[in-house]
Amino acid sequence: MSAVMTSEDHHEEHPKGISRWLFTTNHKDIGTLYLVFSLIMFFVGGAMALVIRAELFQPGIQFVDPQFFNSMTTMHALVMIFGVVMPAFTGLANWLIPMMVGGPDMALPRMNNWSFWILPFAFTMLLSTLFMDGGGPAGGWTLYPPLVLQTGAAFPFVIFAIHFMGLSSIMGAINVIATILNMRAPGMTLMKMPLFVWTWLITAYLLIAVMPVLAGSVTMLLTDKFFGTSFFNAAGGGDPVMFQHIFWFFGHPEVYILILPSFGVVSSIIPTFARKPLFGYSSMVYATASIAFLSFIVWAHHMFTVGMPLAGELFFMLATMLIAVPTGVKVFNWVATMWKGSMTFETPMLFSIAFIILFTIGGFSGLMLAITPADFQYHDTYFVVAHFHYVLVPGSIFAIIAAVYFWLPKWTGHMYNETLGKAHFWLSTIFVNLTFFPMHFVGLAGMPRRIPDYNLQFTDYNMMATVGAFGFGLAQIVFVYLVVQTIRGGKKATDQVWEGAEGLEWTLPSPPPYHSFSTAPEIK
Amino acid sequence: MAHAQGSYYIPHGSHWPIVGSVGVATLMVGAAKWMNGDSSGPAILMIGLAITLVMIFGWFGTVIKESETGIYNDQVDTSFRWGMFWFIFSEVMFFAAFFGALYYARNYSMPWLGGEGHGVSTNAVLWPGFEAVWPAHGNGPGQIGGEFKTMGWAGIPLINTLLLLSSGVTITWAHHALKAGHRSQLIIGLAMTVALGTIFMFFQGKEYIHAYHELGLTLGSGIYGSTFFMLTGFHGMHVTIGAIILTVILFRCIKGHFNAEHHFAFEAAAWYWHFVDVVWLGLFIFVYLV
Repeated sequence: MSAVMTSEDHHEEHPKGISRWLFTTNHKDIGTLYLVFSLIMFFVGGAMALVIRAELFQPGIQFVDPQFFNSMTTMHALVMIFGVVMPAFTGLANWLIPMMVGGPDMALPRMNNWSFWILPFAFTMLLSTLFMDGGGPAGGWTLYPPLVLQTGAAFPFVIFAIHFMGLSSIMGAINVIATILNMRAPGMTLMKMPLFVWTWLITAYLLIAVMPVLAGSVTMLLTDKFFGTSFFNAAGGGDPVMFQHIFWFFGHPEVYILILPSFGVVSSIIPTFARKPLFGYSSMVYATASIAFLSFIVWAHHMFTVGMPLAGELFFMLATMLIAVPTGVKVFNWVATMWKGSMTFETPMLFSIAFIILFTIGGFSGLMLAITPADFQYHDTYFVVAHFHYVLVPGSIFAIIAAVYFWLPKWTGHMYNETLGKAHFWLSTIFVNLTFFPMHFVGLAGMPRRIPDYNLQFTDYNMMATVGAFGFGLAQIVFVYLVVQTIRGGKKATDQVWEGAEGLEWTLPSPPPYHSFSTAPEIK
Repeated sequence: MAHAQGSYYIPHGSHWPIVGSVGVATLMVGAAKWMNGDSSGPAILMIGLAITLVMIFGWFGTVIKESETGIYNDQVDTSFRWGMFWFIFSEVMFFAAFFGALYYARNYSMPWLGGEGHGVSTNAVLWPGFEAVWPAHGNGPGQIGGEFKTMGWAGIPLINTLLLLSSGVTITWAHHALKAGHRSQLIIGLAMTVALGTIFMFFQGKEYIHAYHELGLTLGSGIYGSTFFMLTGFHGMHVTIGAIILTVILFRCIKGHFNAEHHFAFEAAAWYWHFVDVVWLGLFIFVYLV
């Protein structure tokens, strides 16, 4: 066989109808599928959150029984993490990375299709457990044994659904890495790549490193329940705490998987609307890499109260605090980018600025939680809930929304309605704070998480949080309306879309051609 | 050999991924139902497995056919290489979870149950008199799974180590033969590798029978049995997969696929085989020897 053939884009056919979506190998189609899936799951997970908040509007048991309440907290987390934030980032990666590095598509397009098409099956399996004997999983998304082993018929379905999602994430991550390492246009050196590409490269590495560990840990749960192993059974020489170690060895890098691509998004948006290049590009790259490295040696800060040796408590406290350094570098650089810039405040910029402020609040409460002796008070209270919702909602979710506003004109060829976008921003920002800020107070005062009832003195703050949650949920309907409106029509977007936008994706027409760069662009 | 710059290869659409999703989902539902004691479980599992196998044959068949018509360029080759490399890395991390469990059990949970460090009261109050002797008391203070003897390293495990190490040599020999264009050496080398892998699996089966019937060592023998069988079991599964992959490659070599420059599939299989080999060395040291 001859050594090499070059083939021009000989598959320009543009399939129509359902088969276009089912069989597609196109990065834009697959990106759209991911983003739409993520948006649907956002409302599914959001509805679960509203069940939780409705029940917590007043003390006492109002609407749901405690078992169902607990399965709502468990499912809300699993859906939001694996069904919303991760697919949304993968969708953005699909849409943007080939365009940003000057390539035609993802490196492994058929596997790309499979990475997506696993998700609807995995989530059907997961959500169906709510209707099984004994209800859905209710031991928390962290699946701690021995509690989780009491799950009814749902148990093996939950485990396999997690395996399936893991398979999807690993394949998606392999594809991202292969694309970044192999599909860059000539001249697109690593240190010229946009930060979104860099953060995703590091995120993909984290995914490949830790998703298999999650698979291993839930496999041990499965064999402990059904095949008589003793991994988490002290009578057999195992230890339930061992599960927590293995789980959080996955879980902590997972936390950064959920935030690093946000850093990349914000690092694209801030320079555009400040009309200045990003301050400290290379320090941003090194900071991201440092965060990724540190993420592997801080896991036990999730389990300070479990009874670890003192040396462990100290090590994990100090290692955790180190993360504040590279994170501080990032926040400093974003602020320095805006310093003396000619700023305008379009919707993506508003969401990005809110991201910086509110994510930093979440970062600071994380620093408080890192202090081992203080954590004995905060552990398993609403303070923790406030902390991780600040980094995940006005953190990850806001960055995803900002990204949609920022690149939607590029994707659709239409400008969105700026007035509506700003309305969405202000409603979201006000309600997100109304929801999560009071949780700091009730948490510090001792209100435990994952309990459907609470003491009377927590009522006022809980009522506020519930009002905020419903308001936030309703505000997202504005977003859906706006997105649909923009897809269907609107003012024609220019190629560059934003005055200060820089990067290869802005050199393509809006909307871009089906195959992004069929010949490599020139990199200056 | 490269004038690939400026033109790219993008594969056409494929129905295999969605078939794979249906197959694997069916397989999982069947397995879950089986575990729940539902009598329909095994049948559903078999249907799912059948669909999955059809997908594997179909998908790989398509790719092999495309590769043989020569439409893949160097860039596609490199993408495949990165894909395989990171896939193997994910497999390494999967085994790391189980090696981690073994490490934790031996160095933390067992000694603590035996009263070391902050385990003093655990031992005194909950498990008085329990001594954390590894591996003899490896089924924990509750003697879960009953009396058992541990597996020594000198018999079958040592033979298996030699078998796998030799198979690493034979596949390297085959690779050199492929690059030098010696087809008969290539086929003999590959066939020997498959044979060594198969003999390994045969001995592994014998070892398991020995463990269950003569040593009283089972998957249920506390943390020792759990880690022993899960680690060696997952490894054995990977040897089986590796041997199947190598068999496919062997048939492809016999059919005249691959040449000195163009043989990614061979190398991917060889990488995978070396990975399985290295995991075994880890097992031999940490499960059998120390």
